[in-house]
Amino acid sequence: MSKAALEKLRAKFGDAILETHSQHGDDTAVIASERWREVCEFCRKDPGLSFDMLTDLCGVDFPERAPRIEVVIHLYSTQKRHRVRLKTRVGETVDEELVNCAVDTVVPVWAGANWFERETFDMYGVTFKGHPDLRRILMYPEFEGHPLLKDYPAEKTQPLIPYRETDEDGKPLEKQAPFGPDEGMSFGRKHFTNGGEA
Amino acid sequence: MGELNRTVTLEGSEAGFATTKVDALLGWARKYSLFAYPFVTACCGMEYMALASPRFDLARFGAEAPRFSPRQADLLWVVGTISQRQAPVLRRVYEQMMAPKWVLAFGTCASSGGFYDNYTTVAGIDKIIPCDVYIPGCPPRPEAVIDGLLLLQDKIASGDRRPGVVKPREDPLKDLVQLRKKGDKGGRSSDKEST
Repeated sequence: MSKAALEKLRAKFGDAILETHSQHGDDTAVIASERWREVCEFCRKDPGLSFDMLTDLCGVDFPERAPRIEVVIHLYSTQKRHRVRLKTRVGETVDEELVNCAVDTVVPVWAGANWFERETFDMYGVTFKGHPDLRRILMYPEFEGHPLLKDYPAEKTQPLIPYRETDEDGKPLEKQAPFGPDEGMSFGRKHFTNGGEA
Repeated sequence: MGELNRTVTLEGSEAGFATTKVDALLGWARKYSLFAYPFVTACCGMEYMALASPRFDLARFGAEAPRFSPRQADLLWVVGTISQRQAPVLRRVYEQMMAPKWVLAFGTCASSGGFYDNYTTVAGIDKIIPCDVYIPGCPPRPEAVIDGLLLLQDKIASGDRRPGVVKPREDPLKDLVQLRKKGDKGGRSSDKEST
């Protein structure tokens, strides 16, 4: 529907548009990360595009790729009634550390990007350069790492307070929740430590 | 309330003295005057509201008065998923309650974390605070919760502090096993026999 938008971006930015594709009426352009902000500003201000609404901003992790993280924004124009999806790719894994994972913020272009960018920072570790308040938004400040990266261990938790090991009288906690075969049921609790199966 | 009307006859060396346990009286008094603090965090809260409303009428069991200050409450309803971020809050609420105090885990998430086996959810509130009664279900039916409340009242009356779980009225896996056996014999055509 808005292939015209892709044409316009390609004509204006040329090499900065790494690739484009369209499927089922959805049009996507992949932007070089150093010109991210510039392309976004053009999308908002150009009278032919006038993408005035930021529908979504998120991240995607492809651990086998380099650069591995995609930042995706979905745009909509309430005047022209067309949509486009812009992506940029950042971040590499060097010695199991995520480096070069930074891109310009788009908060000055769409104010609504503020919390989306905080979430993407929280979950994927993407640093948005120039963001007014880049803190974690869902996880707590003590949390280490970024949980939606594919190499974050799926079962790793980081409790804020230590788990109980003794009961009220100070004796070691013997019994967890009494779910399982001992209580006359055919199923047991996962991580059941008190004589239960598995 | 029949336990107060019991007649005790004393014989032998005990004759002439009437002894009873203050604990029994206290337990009886406490079990019918539970002041609840609802710690409602997730979708189980809907079921809690249904339970507290006149249709299921928790007032029949003397547990209808919610107190939104932990200092006035002696029963903590943990209704819903507890995230790692909420864990210190829940612990603090529990610590502010006056003894004697009881904790009721409402629903699978509060009991064991449920299907949220991930980086952000506490796998059961018993990892943080002691828990008296677990009510499984996602969410539990109000009948199951009433079962849990009655179980807790029994525990209060008898001074039993060991954790208890509300059992399903039927074993949910029983039918699955039967289905598999039926399938071996040739499909589910024998459903009519079971009814």
